[in-house]
Amino acid sequence: MIPAAATRSETAGSLLEARSLTRILPAVVPVTLVEDVNIKIERAEFVAITGPSGSGKSSLLYLLGLLDRPTAGDMLIEDTRTGDLSSADLARLRLEKIGFVFQFHFLLPEFTALENILIPMQKLGALPAKSQLEHAEGLLADLGLEDYLDRRPAQLSGGQRQRVAVARALANSPDLILADEPTGSLDSKATEQVFDSLQSIVKRQNTTVVAVTHDMELASRMKRRIHLVDGRVDYDRVQP
Amino acid sequence: MLLLKIAATHVRNRMRQTVVSTLGVALGVGFSVAMASLMEGSQRDFMTTLIEAIPHVEIRDEQREPAQQPATVLYDAVAFHGLRPLEDLRGIRNPTEAIASLREWVQGEFAQRLSGQAVLRYSGQDIGMTLVGVVPRRELAVSKISEDMRQGSYEALDTTANGLVIGRKAANRLGADLGDTVILTSAGGIAKRFKIVGLFHTGVTTSDEGLAYAPLKAVQILLEKPNIINGISIRLADIKLANAVATRAERQLGYKAISWEEANEGLMEAFVVRNAIMYTVVGAILVVAGFGIFNIVSTIVHEKARDIAILKSLGFPETDIQQIFVLEGLVIGILGAIVGCLLGFGLSSYLATVKFEVTTDIEMTRLPIHFSYLHYVLACSLALFSSGVAGFIPARKAAKLNPVDIIRGAT
Ligand SMILES: Nc1ncnc2c1ncn2[C@@H]1O[C@H](COP(=O)(O)OP(=O)(O)O)[C@@H](O)[C@H]1O
Ligand SMILES: [Mg+2]
Repeated sequence: MIPAAATRSETAGSLLEARSLTRILPAVVPVTLVEDVNIKIERAEFVAITGPSGSGKSSLLYLLGLLDRPTAGDMLIEDTRTGDLSSADLARLRLEKIGFVFQFHFLLPEFTALENILIPMQKLGALPAKSQLEHAEGLLADLGLEDYLDRRPAQLSGGQRQRVAVARALANSPDLILADEPTGSLDSKATEQVFDSLQSIVKRQNTTVVAVTHDMELASRMKRRIHLVDGRVDYDRVQP
Repeated sequence: MLLLKIAATHVRNRMRQTVVSTLGVALGVGFSVAMASLMEGSQRDFMTTLIEAIPHVEIRDEQREPAQQPATVLYDAVAFHGLRPLEDLRGIRNPTEAIASLREWVQGEFAQRLSGQAVLRYSGQDIGMTLVGVVPRRELAVSKISEDMRQGSYEALDTTANGLVIGRKAANRLGADLGDTVILTSAGGIAKRFKIVGLFHTGVTTSDEGLAYAPLKAVQILLEKPNIINGISIRLADIKLANAVATRAERQLGYKAISWEEANEGLMEAFVVRNAIMYTVVGAILVVAGFGIFNIVSTIVHEKARDIAILKSLGFPETDIQQIFVLEGLVIGILGAIVGCLLGFGLSSYLATVKFEVTTDIEMTRLPIHFSYLHYVLACSLALFSSGVAGFIPARKAAKLNPVDIIRGAT
């Protein structure tokens, strides 16, 4: 590993850096999910992670989002090493800086669309209650959901749920949105809506979006593409 | 607040289960409260009866240790055999002085007595009796014997120098009646005529058949113990001081002084055992109620694995997840405790109105219920403790769930 002192200047400014990131599932026959991944992602990037099924895309995303811990290597958020942080510290970083969007909606089924967005805001408590409500309504309106505030997830279509999930990921104005095949279960129209909303986030809010997709057409519309094969980075290039 | 809202939502959406486990806690708390009220009520009832019936402190002409013999006092650590122990003329001498010295620091009523054995004879029949020589006015101040009088009066002992008050049962056995003259014979062979001036009935057979009261002077003559008594009964103004007074009086006078608590030591121990059994049962009921809560919270944790993963991915730390589920247990526990207190109050209020016909007596008896907020506080805190623990175990499991496993598994 590179000495910490030497790396400070090199990585200055990176929102996110993976260093020799490796995740092996301990088992009788250990499964390697991610192996020796080294990437840096800057602010306001729109990155696609592609690769065949089972190549470790989701596993990498969980590591980047501090939801899982690597078995070797380290994850740095704004030059801060996260390997030594407690699970409570990691939770705090997720709350403040990271928003997830999963392939299936993963909303809390017992709460309305609006409440689902308010929950992370109330947890963080950065805004007064009234502003929280305005902000949440604004987010839903931006995604064309102003008429569905009081609906439960079960009363929404797949595309609407996924847009609520995007709105929730944005609730605390994170630096980083991690999306795992956010359009994977949607039809082409809904896919287009969700993709547009992600794209406008990058443009308007200076937020970084890293999205896993196996839709090559979508991937080609993102600026940078990291391609995985067998848990390793096959190529990482900025597209013309 | 946010965590409580999430917890409440989980609980609310499982109404049937919630109602069942709330009822479990409520029944536990309710029965505990009712049982405690009944137990304490009956204990207090019994104690009151007991305290009314016996002197609070009784001083007797005995020593705790057998009296030291002169030889032992003279020759330390020497054993003697074959020596006859010194004849001890027993009794409390100078009773007036002794009582006066107690009166200086004890708040209460005093009654001196001389009791001994005598044979009561009437129309050719003999009954062995415990004869108690009393100063009637003093005796009436320390005991409730006046309430037990059925015929004649206890006060008559004051005016009749050879008056005698015996149990109605004893009188019936002899065929004697109020106003009849009987003969009492002491162990020393002295015989004296007494006139029955009162008959009592206490309900305690040994007293009703074998106890006789006569004026102190007459008994001192009969038993050949002039100016000697062998017991002082004290009725204290403050009963809680009984033990302290007994200890000090014993040190001061050198005679054995027994408080009512010491005299009824076995009974007091029985109460302790009874209370221990009661609290064990109360505890067991609430543990069972705890299992109900454990069950529902475990079920929710199982069903809500996906929500737990979501909350963790959103940035809720493990402690929050744990709190949510502990709160769910507590919410049910608190609801159950509130309902249980109402139930317990209703139940004990109802029990307090239930009447029993006691066969031997004409009077109606009610269940002795003692209302005390302590019963409620105790049952509720046990219920809350039990629900806290019952929620804590599944909550810890929930906090440890790995969100990645759940998110992967959900696809
Ligand atoms: N819990 C697990 N046990 C065994 N193998 C697993 C487990 N989780 C993931 N894998 C395997 O690890 C590999 C990477 O999985 P994943 O990151 O989900 O890939 P992708 O998202 O690119 O399809 C896959 O081959 C998958 O089957
Ligand atoms: Mg995947």
